[in-house]
This record gives sequence, C-alpha cells and structure tokens, in this order.
Amino acid sequence: MTTIPAIDVHDLTRRFGSFTAVDRVTFDVRSGEVFGFLGANGAGKTTAIRMLTGLLAPSSGRASVAGHDVFHESERIKRTIGYMSQRFSLYEDLTVRENIRLYGGIYDLSDGDIRDRTDRMLARLGLEHAADAFVRAIPLGWRQKLAFSVALLHRPRVVFLDEPTSGVDPITRRQFWELIYEAAASGTTVLVTTHYMDEAEYCDRISIMVAGRIAALGTPAELKRDFAVPSIDDLFVRLAREAQ
Amino acid sequence: MSALLGLVRKEVYHILRDRRTLVVIVAMPVLQVILFGYAIRTDVDHVRLAIVDPAPDPVTLALRARFDAARVFQTVAVLPNATDLEPLFQRGAVQGAVLFEPKFAERLGHGVTANLLIVSDASEPNTGSIVQAYAAAVVQAYEQDQISRGRTLRIVPTLRMRFNPTRESSNLFVPGLMAFVLTIVSSLMTAISLTREKETGTLEALLVSPLRPWQIIAGKVLPYIVVGFVSVLGVIAEARLVFDVPLRGSLTLLLVEGLLFILVSLSLGILISARTSSQRVAMMGALIGTMLPTLLLSGFIFPLESMPVALRAISVVVPARWFVLVARSIMLKGTGLAYLWRPTLVLIAMAAVLLVASTRAFHERLEG
Repeated sequence: MTTIPAIDVHDLTRRFGSFTAVDRVTFDVRSGEVFGFLGANGAGKTTAIRMLTGLLAPSSGRASVAGHDVFHESERIKRTIGYMSQRFSLYEDLTVRENIRLYGGIYDLSDGDIRDRTDRMLARLGLEHAADAFVRAIPLGWRQKLAFSVALLHRPRVVFLDEPTSGVDPITRRQFWELIYEAAASGTTVLVTTHYMDEAEYCDRISIMVAGRIAALGTPAELKRDFAVPSIDDLFVRLAREAQ
Repeated sequence: MSALLGLVRKEVYHILRDRRTLVVIVAMPVLQVILFGYAIRTDVDHVRLAIVDPAPDPVTLALRARFDAARVFQTVAVLPNATDLEPLFQRGAVQGAVLFEPKFAERLGHGVTANLLIVSDASEPNTGSIVQAYAAAVVQAYEQDQISRGRTLRIVPTLRMRFNPTRESSNLFVPGLMAFVLTIVSSLMTAISLTREKETGTLEALLVSPLRPWQIIAGKVLPYIVVGFVSVLGVIAEARLVFDVPLRGSLTLLLVEGLLFILVSLSLGILISARTSSQRVAMMGALIGTMLPTLLLSGFIFPLESMPVALRAISVVVPARWFVLVARSIMLKGTGLAYLWRPTLVLIAMAAVLLVASTRAFHERLEG
C-alpha cells in the first residue's frame, strides 16, 4: 500500500482553447502526507484539483489518485476521495445531524454506520449539544470543523481541501490544522491549498505553482535552504514576481 | 438509491423550511384564480350606460327600453344633448353611451338611414370593445324585430356580434393559469434552487461525490414535480368550486399532460441555471425565458388568432402554447387523446429534447 503514492501525477496538462491552465505538471504525494498546494490566484491550482477530483478531463499526461486513473476511473476516484472547499459545503437550513445523514447516504453508508459515525464525530468535536441545531446557527469555526469531519465521514484515502481556512480567525485555523494532522496520522492523505504562508510551513511538503507550472517542490526546510530565503512567504513572492 | 432518497429528503426540507417561498408557491395559484376570475374577466356586467336622446320618439324609446332590459346594461343617465356627457365619462360615472340623432323615427319612416353613435370607455380596452359589441347587438335585435313585422329600417352602425351572457372567459383562463403556475413552480423554483446551491458551494460537494448528474437533477426536481402537481389540483378544484369551470374530459389525461408540461418546464429551469451563476440572474432568465412567453404567447390572455404572423410563428416553440391548447380542449370540449395526439407529441418531443439538453448543459458546466 505504502509503495503506491496516494497521488501520482505525470506531465498533467489541461488546455482551454489556446490557453494552457496546467502545463506538464509532475508530482506525487505519499500516503499519509500533508501536501501543500500553493499558487497565486489563476496559477492553475483549481484546474489541477478539478482534474484530480474527476470533475474535469485532462488534455494530456497521466495521473492517478489512490491507485485509480483519472482518465478512466473517475467514478471510482470519487468514492475514495473527500473534498472540502472554502465554502464549507454544508446546507445551512439543515441541522447538523441532517447534513451528516445526507452525505452519509450519498456515499452509500448504511444507516447504522451513519448513526455510529455521527455520534463519534459529534463527541470528538464536542458538538453533541448542537446535533439538532441548524448549521446556520452554529459559529463559523465549528461549522468549518464540522465540514471537514463530514468530508472524512466515508473514510476517504485522500482528502482535497481547497482553501479550507479562508475567512476564519487564527485560533480556529490552528485548531483546524490539528484536525488535519489527526487525519494524516490515521493514514489519510491530505492535499491542501492555502493563501496563508504560515500554514505552508505546517505541511510535510509543498509545491508552488506559477503560470500553470510547478516552480518549486519540496519540504519547507529544503525550499528555504535551496532558494536561500528566510521564509516560504519570501519564496512565494519571489517566484510570483519572476513570472510577471 | 438511498443516496437519491437522501437528496429528495434534503430538497423537501429546503422547500418546507423556506416558509416565505412556500407561502408564495401555495398562495399564489389560489390568489391568481380569484384575480383572473374576477378582476381580469373579459365579460362585462351592469355596464353604466348613458343615453343621449335629443328628441325622444317611439323608436328611440323602444330602443331605450331594450337597453334597460338587457342585463349587461344599467342606464344611469338620460341626457338631452351630448355636451353633458363628457364630465360623466371623466368621472367614470358611465362606461358607455348611446347617442341618437334627432328625428330618429322620422328619418326611418322616410326610408333614410338613422345614425346612432355608440361610445365606450376605452381605458379598459376589453370592456370597451365588448360594450360596443353588446350595444350593437341590442340595436340589431331591435332591427330584426321590426323587419320581422314587415317594416324596413336602416340603423347605422350595425355590428355583428353574438350576445353571450355566460362567463366564458373564466373557462378560458383556467387552463392558461395552470400553465402559468406550473411554469413558475417548475422553471423558476428549480432555476433558483439550483443556482443557490452553486452560490453556496454545496453543488460542488455533490459534484465531487459519486452521485451521477442525473441523480443530482432527479433529487432536485422530484419534490418540485409534487409541488407542481398539488398546485394544478388546487387550481382545478378552485376553478370548479368557485367558477363552475367544467371538466368535460378525462382528469387522468389532463394530469398526464400536466406532468409532461412540468417536465418541459423543469428542464427549462435546469437549462437556465446551467447558464447562470447567481440567483438573481437565474430569476431574470426564468422570467424572460419562460414566464413572459407563457403569459403573452400561449393564448392564455391574448388570442393567438389575432397575433401577427411573426408572433404566431414564435409561439410554436413556446411549450405553454401547446399545453394551453390541450388543457382547454380537455376541460371545455371534453376532447380525448384521439384528437390531441399531435400537440401531445409536440410536448413529448420538447420534454425529450430539453431533458437531454439540460442534463448535457449541466454536465458541460462541470467540465468548463
């Protein structure tokens, strides 16, 4: 299991007409790794994630997620991945329990499993008292942790987090990262995009995309040493400037 | 399948918990039946009429008696000359007037035409033209009467219009209203609720899930089909109870055709939401793309026969036009499928094309 990378991408390319959004990108993510996927807006992050989650067909190259090919097995990929965007993807006019039940049903969990996992999840988050509250009524930080837990409900092998912490306070961000580490410790592979460079330092490895290509790839320590910069923030700004 | 059931349940929660929208969906058809039934009736009753008779003679008196006798009219003023008439119109005290020329009987006796002017308040165009027609019919009936007694006389104008005392327009509007209500519930509500999921980002979560596009769409539309059906039943029941609108044909056939029309409208709603990304734009799209054509080009309010050729040609692609035709035939004439297979086929073809197009547009949207 551990010999096969959780995400394996080779020369992955996506063109929209004459515009190349993702240009021969190559990287892999090991099982249980927290992989930071960085890049300015429009650098091609979202397009790459859409290809990896089976929403968008690649133009060329190859890629597999959890051992499934993105060209031919997108349906199987969808069953083995979790996804959470910056918009949290919970229904505000449903209660916490109803949201969990909905997503459990979508991923074909049995009613018994859903009940079990709901109880455990709420206990872990300390949200038992809010089980029947509407999502719109609970604080943003909890909502976000809940959304993450719901994305992990079906125990995916790989979870994609698209700017999961935008718009929340530093303390909540810190708590959220604790949840990410917890998930990684239990073997879930995490691919996370972010605009916060301090968060980049929390990742096992990071890649920085510039104009559709990967301009830097490695552990935060390696990158800082190789590029001779004091922080990932400085590296990010330097790479983005060079591209202009 | 349990995934789909979960989606449907979630959608039902959305509908039931959005109280304001729910009230609008439920109350609107009920109110509209009342509104169209009473306020927008194209028949008229108790029209306030003024008579201008400068020199009463046996013929004018006989005609005036006939106007009095007609239930449509209520003579509220008899004036010696036309100058007093204007203020009455201005105040809205009268809706119509009949003006005799002097020496009316004398002219007729000499075999000369006698002129009679019928004026109606055209600020309500429908009422106005109908008042004219009714007044002309009263004059004509008198003429016929005299001729049958062997007297020849010529009174101008003579319009040909049948006197129709039934409230036929309320019969005509109910099928159109069904189309209108279904369009709102099906097209507008689905377009809005789908774009809302786009805005909030929940659609993305559904798309990366193992759900297939058709499941997402089915989960979205099934509850609205039920809502649409309930609205239709409500409109039919209210029309029967309040306005005695007949249902001469088969209720089953009517409901099946209704279902077909719901499918067409839902597909249009999905198509609109696939092309838009905000609820406001979706709402405008649904208004312009489905509700206005349903209102204006279906024959619901304005008869297709009196439209310019170009508009009539456009109306061919308006689904409501075919549904209104079918629903009217079933309800008012009791027509069966034997005579309605052609418009039914048109609706089936529209439903098929639009369902495929909307599922594809939905899919493409994910790709783009």
